[in-house]
Amino acid sequence: MSPFFIITAVVTLLGAAFAMSLRNLVHCALAMAVAFSGIAALYLQLDAQFVGFAEILVYVGAIAILIVFAILLTRSGEAPEKSVLTSGWMAGIAVSAMVFTMLGWAVLNSSAIPKGTPPAPVATVKNVGDALMTKFVLPLEIIGLVLTAAMIGAVIIALKEEKK
Amino acid sequence: MLGEQIIKGMAVTAKNFFGSYVSKDRLTTVQYPEEHLAQKENTRQFPFLVYDGEDWEKGLRCVACQICEKECPPKCIYIVKSKDKKPDYKGQPQIYPLTFDIDISVCMSCQICVEVCPFESIKMDTKFELSTDDRFGGLLLTKDKLAKPNSYYQQMHPHDAADSDAVIAAEKAKAEAKAKAAAEAKIKADAEAKAKAAAAAATAPIAAPTPTTPPPPPK
Amino acid sequence: MFEKLDQIFVTTLHWLVGFLPAALQPVVSTLICIAFVMSVFPGVFAITTVLERKILGRIQNRYGPNRVGIPFTKIRLCGFGQFIPDGIKSLTKEDIVPRAADKVVHFLAPVVMLIPVLLSYAVLPFGKNMTITDYDAGLLFFFAVGGAVEVSVFMAGWSSRNKYSLLGAMRAIAQMVSYEIPLILSAVTVVMVVGSLNLSEIVKHQNNYTFGIAHWHLFTPWGLVGFILFFIASLAESNRTPFDLPEAESEIIAGYFTEYSGFKFALFFLGEYLGMFAIIGLGITLFLGGWTSPVSFLTWIPSYIWFLSKLMAIVFVFIWIRGTLPRLRMDQLMNFAWKFMLPLALINILVAGIWHYMAADWQRWLVCSLIIFGAYAILGRGLMQNQNFGKRIYRYAE
Repeated sequence: MSPFFIITAVVTLLGAAFAMSLRNLVHCALAMAVAFSGIAALYLQLDAQFVGFAEILVYVGAIAILIVFAILLTRSGEAPEKSVLTSGWMAGIAVSAMVFTMLGWAVLNSSAIPKGTPPAPVATVKNVGDALMTKFVLPLEIIGLVLTAAMIGAVIIALKEEKK
Repeated sequence: MLGEQIIKGMAVTAKNFFGSYVSKDRLTTVQYPEEHLAQKENTRQFPFLVYDGEDWEKGLRCVACQICEKECPPKCIYIVKSKDKKPDYKGQPQIYPLTFDIDISVCMSCQICVEVCPFESIKMDTKFELSTDDRFGGLLLTKDKLAKPNSYYQQMHPHDAADSDAVIAAEKAKAEAKAKAAAEAKIKADAEAKAKAAAAAATAPIAAPTPTTPPPPPK
Repeated sequence: MFEKLDQIFVTTLHWLVGFLPAALQPVVSTLICIAFVMSVFPGVFAITTVLERKILGRIQNRYGPNRVGIPFTKIRLCGFGQFIPDGIKSLTKEDIVPRAADKVVHFLAPVVMLIPVLLSYAVLPFGKNMTITDYDAGLLFFFAVGGAVEVSVFMAGWSSRNKYSLLGAMRAIAQMVSYEIPLILSAVTVVMVVGSLNLSEIVKHQNNYTFGIAHWHLFTPWGLVGFILFFIASLAESNRTPFDLPEAESEIIAGYFTEYSGFKFALFFLGEYLGMFAIIGLGITLFLGGWTSPVSFLTWIPSYIWFLSKLMAIVFVFIWIRGTLPRLRMDQLMNFAWKFMLPLALINILVAGIWHYMAADWQRWLVCSLIIFGAYAILGRGLMQNQNFGKRIYRYAE
């Protein structure tokens, strides 16, 4: 538990907590962007360079922007008057802590997790590329098809007004 | 092709850029405090008084007729007449202005004073760099600052100065001609008077012995 | 002798760090590198602002600033001291925050713009062995932090509570996101041919000479088109003319940084220009051979001098384009990105693939050139045909 890990973990958790509890919706989106960068830092500490940088590129650069656009276009950026935390938030935290502990104990003591820490796989970009092109080529192509279908659908929805 | 016009545009801009280092007509800026553009001849800024000859007090053409003071729309001219007289360019004794002030913070350069002056003595100057940090007296020009020689006027406005000189010369010639005619007439009148006097003197003694008639006979 | 001059910064760094115990060495070495980047690139920024005004002036048949040399003396230096008064002016102007503005976000937006831009200098190879951090996925790191700039643009535009700022921010984000795709796709061709995302590796791949000319990627058909695409996309990413609608000075005042004054505006300005230098630096690394020299008899010139000269040459071309072209309207901008640059970038990837797999002789030049220039001509014709100058049809949202 190096100090870098602790700092990064605290930043991520704080970002996620603020993303839930801030009043202004755009502030929540920005706090979520902070949480995304924290997760990317965690990936980088695990030497997974490709995933870390791709996380920043995709999540912070595109998804956070998408969320912000959605907030602005649906005009709910006005600050709510009352707090977003309900009155029984202490009970909520207690219940969720209990569920978390139970699930964690169950997962960690199950037989699906191998004992001891196996050696970390080498995850350079070249390895990721090789794996995507040989072992995981079918999921890659299917994801490409799904994304293309999504883009065509978006263009069709946006084009609807022209055919009068 | 798609980028063709962009390349042509960039060629024009490049010609401007590199040409501005070699040729003057691609860099037409006049860097103002160090270089000045030549002013046109009919530029006008604020008035000045013309004097002939070397001495500005003796040669000042202004005779304090106060026509410009009365005609000035914002009333920026202030004239005080003198008590004594001095001869002007025609030889006649004229009064002259003791004080002639123009407030150029009020003057609007309308040139009316120039148009109405019968003596060709107030004309428009071309200087515009007259800023001063003296708020109250700096923009009030007195007679000594306003008086400038006729050679200056000929330099600033050659055509107008030529016209003005021609008018003055014509007036002078007319005055001289009149004086000459008056002198000739005077000589002739003198001669006539003298002749008449001589004739009167000659005819008077002839008229005198007439009353010698014989006395009447006794009865 | 020239080898020593070439490596002088590296040897100085190692000598300075050698005085310290081994535990402190990485930290101090990093700090010295940061100091180097923070002193050189803002200096280049200062010179570039003056140079831009002077070059634009000459293009427009006038002098640029040519009076201010060293302040308080009479030395004129042809006006190159102009950045000193400009800097002092930005620092001492009053910092006005609108009353309705969101103070925290308004304060953080210039910071969030500047940090990713400065981070992206960490992977650029300024000279031989002169990369600050040599990541294996260096190119991906660059694009990742480039994407974080959009968040700051949005923060700036939204926190000012100003309709013009918000509009400018939306346009800026739309433009940046649209032009990131051709940017990344044109860089992908380089990665395909070189086989690695490591930027020093990409430069070393271009460091071979045939007949005295270097193997720059610019001198290949896919590299030429890739460089042109990268160049146009980097004009759009840095919000420069002809893509400067988000900050169009004559239209929406200043777009997303309308409400910024004083030091924050100076930070935005600095961030924009530093981003421009970073992305030009990446373009030089990918296509123009980084720190290598174009001809083999000039390799004695130190590598960082080559990098800097190429950077200033491309900056000059940026300024030249700014003086030449009018601004593109928003829909023209988007059309250009999605209907011309994206298909051309995809076809460029195809051509780079064909190049990589064909044998290295004249046939691959012929095939690749035909395909790519044919595609350019057809797409260009398609783009130019859409100019219907008839009555304008308005499309309203339903």
